[in-house]
Amino acid sequence: MGPEWKMNPLNNSQIDIEEEITQEAAPKMLLEIKGVCKKFGDVKAVDDVSLTINKGEIFSLLGGSGSGKSTLLRILAGFEIPTEGEIFLDGVDITNMEPYKRPINMMFQSYALFPHMTVEQNIEFGLKQDKMAKVERTKIVAEMLKLVHMEAFAKRKPDQLSGGQRQRVALARSLAKKPKLLLLDEPMGALDKQLRTQMQLEVVEIIERVGVTCVMVTHDQEEAMTMSNRIAIMKNGNIVQTGSPTDIYESPKTRDIAQFIGSVNLFESEIIADEVDHVIVKVENISQQFYIGQGVTTSAEDKRVWLAIRPEKMVIRREKPDLKYNWIEGIVDDIAYLGGLSIYYIKIENEQIIQCTLSNRRRRYEPPTWGDNIFITWEATAGVVLRL
Amino acid sequence: MKKLSFSNAMLWFGMVFLYVPMLIMIIYSFNGSKLVTVWGVFSVKWYGELFDDQQLLDSVFISLKIAFFSAFTAVFLGTLTAFVMTRFKASFGKFTLSTMVTAPLVMPEVITGLSLMLLFVAMSDMLGWPAERGVLTIWIAHSTFCAAYVAVVVSTRLRELDRSIEEAALDLGATPFKTFIFITLPMISPSLIAGWFLSFSLSLDDLVIASFVSGPGATTLPMTVFSSVRLGVSPKINALAAIMIMTVSLLALLFWYLSRRKEKRERMIQVS
Repeated sequence: MGPEWKMNPLNNSQIDIEEEITQEAAPKMLLEIKGVCKKFGDVKAVDDVSLTINKGEIFSLLGGSGSGKSTLLRILAGFEIPTEGEIFLDGVDITNMEPYKRPINMMFQSYALFPHMTVEQNIEFGLKQDKMAKVERTKIVAEMLKLVHMEAFAKRKPDQLSGGQRQRVALARSLAKKPKLLLLDEPMGALDKQLRTQMQLEVVEIIERVGVTCVMVTHDQEEAMTMSNRIAIMKNGNIVQTGSPTDIYESPKTRDIAQFIGSVNLFESEIIADEVDHVIVKVENISQQFYIGQGVTTSAEDKRVWLAIRPEKMVIRREKPDLKYNWIEGIVDDIAYLGGLSIYYIKIENEQIIQCTLSNRRRRYEPPTWGDNIFITWEATAGVVLRL
Repeated sequence: MKKLSFSNAMLWFGMVFLYVPMLIMIIYSFNGSKLVTVWGVFSVKWYGELFDDQQLLDSVFISLKIAFFSAFTAVFLGTLTAFVMTRFKASFGKFTLSTMVTAPLVMPEVITGLSLMLLFVAMSDMLGWPAERGVLTIWIAHSTFCAAYVAVVVSTRLRELDRSIEEAALDLGATPFKTFIFITLPMISPSLIAGWFLSFSLSLDDLVIASFVSGPGATTLPMTVFSSVRLGVSPKINALAAIMIMTVSLLALLFWYLSRRKEKRERMIQVS
């Protein structure tokens, strides 16, 4: 593994991104999930989920444990049969199809490599089941080994490989049959943090080069945001929001989603003025009112809402701002120095402690420290109004 | 010299406890005296007499034959049972099977033997089969109780096996049958081999059940040895036992050597 393969993927992915843009112009639906439910006894693991996934998309199912994301993936793989609902792949009903007949392959969380077979034999296994000729099999195996940069390890057994190498083999094995749909179950779950970041980009690069549609399951929001085009957030067997990583981070639909993805400061507030182009809210025990530069879509009678502002959208300053809206005075309660950035925990007027990130752009300077009196400001577009 | 620690002392005590009796028996197999417990002169005459004793050799052969075939039957039946116990959905049948399968393990051999004898007698009365008790009935009896041991050994292995490996095979297009043959079986093969050897030695060792279900034609080695004890143990038995111990030791040594060589070779691949 010299440095040259590290260079190539970048060039290739550049091309692929362009290709994808042209694909996105006319998205073609590949997978359609219609009202799928799965009950285990009395427990509803998946509750009336409907989804469509387009060709060439990398789609993430994101949720905590017990959210039903893994069950949904297992339903797609065919290991579980849904209690209700239908699944169509490329127009074909696959709801009750056996797993070994589906044109879907999966990369397991534990990789599930066959321990008694070499890397080559592992990759070849799926092709053998298709009764493919030996010559052709050898060709595809070589192709796959090259794709994941594992040519040198063809004759090794899985227990002679490192975690990252095993993952490459597992990926190659699941891609060898050229499935219509690739499933990834917690793809980075078994790797340490450093390797994870590297593999996330590498796996995406390989998937995009092959051009396979992909559904992955993860509990790691960073992973979902790095790897996928679209994310569905699952909770209690339901999909609560679907959208691009930016949509989900910047415009969460509910308080739960806002808290699940990244950190957020929430203010329980009351609407004072609700106009077409802006909203003004008042938080109890805070002198200044908050101005939000967008109207609230629902014209509910209830005036009580949550105002959500991400920590990185707030600016710390020492001087009192000359503004009418959108600032609070506070005292630095705690600082978490993370190197690249620091997270400030600031106690404000109403005794609430809010988070505010400060990126450490200069090497040596004197940022506000414990007990300092500071002011926080933010732009009118920074906040999101969420219904209770 | 290093000070003898408690754990070292216990190790040596254990070794002595386990191996000294065998060593003494091997030594006494070279005893020239006619009395088993009194040392005379060094001699190998009992080895010679052993190979002249056709009756004893016959019983050795019968025992080995029964053990060999029982082990295969037990592994086959036991593996099927273990598979049902670990891979089938919960049902009345599965529950009954998995609780009943351990019964032969805890049942006194006398009862197992007696009940099997009654069964065989009743069967030959009603069905005319098996016509007479002998090698066949011992084989059946040994297969059944050894299958219980195999089922326990194999089901433990199956239970700790990562299910996703089998799922991966299904996912890659192998039917459940093919998955079992090409994926599950190779992965549980160590426990199958262990189960085979366990069954083999259990069958070779068994006196009680064999005595109950055997007929006039079939006398196994433990039966011969036991009956000869009543007339005073012949030193020939010592010679026979010494041969068996040495055979087993040689086999164990060979396995150890082979597995070490394999390990070494794999480590070499890893380094390169």
